[in-house]
Amino acid sequence: MSLIVPYFVDRRQNPKDKSLGNRQRFMKRARAHIKQVVDKSIRDRSVTDIGGGETVTIPTGGIDEPRMRHDPRGGAHERVYPGNREYQAGDQIEKPPAGGGEGGGKKGSDAGDGEDEFQFVLTREEFLDLFFEDLELPDMVKTTLKEVTNVKPRRSGFAVTGTPTNLDLLRTMKNSFGRRLALRRPKLAEVEAKQAEIEALAEDDPKRADLLAELEVLERRRKVVGFIDPVDLRFRNFENQPQPNSKAVMFCLMDVSGSMGMREKDLAKRFFVLLHLFLSRRYDKTEVVFVRHTHEAKEVDEETFFYSRETGGTVVSTALDEMRRIVAERYPTREWNIYAAQASDGENHSGDDARCMTLLNDVIMPVCQYYAYVEILDERETEIFGNPEYGAALWRAYRSVAENWSNFAMKRIARPADIYPVFRELFAKSDARR
Amino acid sequence: MPDADLPTLPRLLYDGSEWSFDTMRRTYEAIERIALEDLGLDVYPNQIEVISSEQMLDAYSSIGMPLMYKHWSFGKHFVRDEQMYRKGYTGLAYEIVINSNPCISYNMEENTMAMQTLVMAHAAFGHNHFFKNNYLFRQWTDAEGILDYLEFARDYIAWCEERHGLAAVEATLDAAHALMDQGVFRYRRPPKLNEEKLKRKQRAREDYEERTFSDIWRTLPRRDDDTELDADEEALAKRKLQLKLPQENLLYFLEKHSPVLETWQREVLRIVRNVAQYFLPQKQTKVMNEGCATFVHYYITNKLFDQGLIGEGPMLEILSSHANVITQPSYDDKRFSGFNPYALGYAMMQDIRRICEAPTEEDTAWFPDIAGCDDWRAVLRDAWANYRDESFIQQYLSPKLMREFRLFAVADDEEDPHYTVTGIHDERGYKRVRRQLAQSYDIALTEPDIEVMDVDLRGNRHLRLRHSTRNGVPLDPKARDKVLDQVRRLWGYEVSIASMARDADNPASFTSTAEDETDY
Repeated sequence: MSLIVPYFVDRRQNPKDKSLGNRQRFMKRARAHIKQVVDKSIRDRSVTDIGGGETVTIPTGGIDEPRMRHDPRGGAHERVYPGNREYQAGDQIEKPPAGGGEGGGKKGSDAGDGEDEFQFVLTREEFLDLFFEDLELPDMVKTTLKEVTNVKPRRSGFAVTGTPTNLDLLRTMKNSFGRRLALRRPKLAEVEAKQAEIEALAEDDPKRADLLAELEVLERRRKVVGFIDPVDLRFRNFENQPQPNSKAVMFCLMDVSGSMGMREKDLAKRFFVLLHLFLSRRYDKTEVVFVRHTHEAKEVDEETFFYSRETGGTVVSTALDEMRRIVAERYPTREWNIYAAQASDGENHSGDDARCMTLLNDVIMPVCQYYAYVEILDERETEIFGNPEYGAALWRAYRSVAENWSNFAMKRIARPADIYPVFRELFAKSDARR
Repeated sequence: MPDADLPTLPRLLYDGSEWSFDTMRRTYEAIERIALEDLGLDVYPNQIEVISSEQMLDAYSSIGMPLMYKHWSFGKHFVRDEQMYRKGYTGLAYEIVINSNPCISYNMEENTMAMQTLVMAHAAFGHNHFFKNNYLFRQWTDAEGILDYLEFARDYIAWCEERHGLAAVEATLDAAHALMDQGVFRYRRPPKLNEEKLKRKQRAREDYEERTFSDIWRTLPRRDDDTELDADEEALAKRKLQLKLPQENLLYFLEKHSPVLETWQREVLRIVRNVAQYFLPQKQTKVMNEGCATFVHYYITNKLFDQGLIGEGPMLEILSSHANVITQPSYDDKRFSGFNPYALGYAMMQDIRRICEAPTEEDTAWFPDIAGCDDWRAVLRDAWANYRDESFIQQYLSPKLMREFRLFAVADDEEDPHYTVTGIHDERGYKRVRRQLAQSYDIALTEPDIEVMDVDLRGNRHLRLRHSTRNGVPLDPKARDKVLDQVRRLWGYEVSIASMARDADNPASFTSTAEDETDY
């Protein structure tokens, strides 16, 4: 017998996220800071790290909660600690150098936590959402997530018509059985019994004529009420259901000839990484194909792509050829959204430009969602090539392609800091890109 | 032991680690029997709520209350706690308990039945008894009214947000939160909260304001008065009397006298200071409160084991968890972050029991009142009821415990290039170490002492605050400046703070320190 009746409540089914409002208020408040950190981390740090979630340390500027408190270092304090081993009353202990700013090891605990900085983790999603905040996939030619290209038959109930292969035997027989019962179709056994009875009679038995008539009725009835009637038939029904294309393949094409140094490759890599991140956010499945080229092109793995050096001339069209081959072999356009990003220093074998143009116009662009070309410049060259009107033969050839295809974009970059703006521009929301 | 006359119970309350409401209820009844009949605890009715870990995180972020108004700072805490938890830096508390009547405690569904046993003994009886009996809680908080009040607060703030916009409410709350520590009465009891009365008052205030609003006052020319300051002593004394100065409760003062706040803003300040006031006793009794709960759960679970009601497996789990809770790392340990209130409180209470049951000569000399007295339960109940951390340590910390904790006191003077060990756990040091430790729990000493000193409401309305320093400890200048910004936002006119040293011989008189007055 309980003295005070306890009251047990199961709250587990109550809504979670009770503090969602608080979290939203916090995010809103810290948004400016968080965005700043995100932007900065993309510009300054190695972009290859971006994949995971982000630990964001933001200054407490706008999000601190000031309270009046004592300066732990000023004035005279006397504190008690546990765990004495060697000290005797009157012992003097050297203070740690003031420069540490920590207020001296063990004393640090009094100083409170996170005074100047507040650290927390943005999930990968939150981070990327901020990163891509005002970006959108470019205008799509044919395949977008919403637009539908391929369909897949899906079961959807039963129909009264259909092909014999889709006949549902069980349902059909059920219907047939019910109908036969309802219309009292004579069973075979009944007919046979009647026949036996007739045979048993003598030839001239007067009953014989009646029995024969009865048998005839039975047989006629069996004929009229069929064993299986067209009304019994049931077919498994399939409907063609549209399937959004949720797979994307990204081709990274890069010139790896001698003229592309580490700096150029690094810039190219950053660009590829950003594009990849963007795609992997939009599609369930993203594959990357690395194609490097000198005077001939080859599909390689990522490591080789970025870090091994090749010598040789530069024939850009070989990479486009290789891409075409791979697409035809492995990536049917019905299933895959195809993206391509090409990085080059703008040099090409003379006379190859025309072939590149033809390949792009006739073969590649029709199957590509988007094709981005970045030309990596020497920093000194940026002045000269600031104007997109000017450029080497390859640049001019690509410009003419860009005029034909709105999903073809080209940019020049010279510094890591250029990448982000360029990237934004490529994918800028406004369709006033051109 | 008064166990013999207990009615025969089914052996083993539970088996295995899974819990169910049925086993919880049975276990609760067994715990309750020991708590009430053996320990003689006196508790509010219990309401035990089982929640998930997400809900626990939610509860964390709103300072442990089941209802709270919305503010971004709670979201910030949530984000941080969640990260710590997800990364495994910290576990979640096994329970949260609320000082209310009925006493609500939250138990996590992830707990094993052994943990649920420990948690029920800890929260539903240990904390609960402390809340109901400690003088600070009895005097300063209103267990009956708090939930109603918080509901009122939440709805009122939401209503304000709707009516005056998120930004305006947020700014007011920010400013009020900055003054939360200075928003309490330490020396006089706040009035009881009563939701209906509050609403009526609130409505009356607004009605009055609407009725008496007269636009004509706004058109009067302002007085140009910087020139004629009422430096007159007599006027000053009169003013101080009128405004009840000096005033320690800054939020109260601003609520009543700020020239710029609107009615709803005053109400927001009220809410914040009422919440602050509600938490004041908890701040002053961390060691005792946790010590009491830990002592109670340890005693009860052991009793349950002795009576054969719980098996060895669950008991081992309970003991392991208990041992974790009462770990006190040494000062040079990486994990050290001050005293663990559980460890200190629990050790002291066990020690009191020891002194009562088996005192040494030393104990008899130090604690003549309780040494050798039979009824340690009564002694503990008396301590739980009538002390706060500071006085409890000053009264009951024994030399034996100081030796066990190997306590030592260190002086740190800004002027001195060395720290000086002023006392250790030996005959000469006991008193000093104990006094220093006790003082570190006295919020009157650990929190800045700031008062409203003067304001001339008919003059230039310059609000003067005074920080009374002790031992030359100044305010953290950065934090001070930021908080003063917020005060100015609430006051609307100039605000300044002066640091004054409290005269050792004559506590009422002050001398200005070098860093005299900071104007804003």
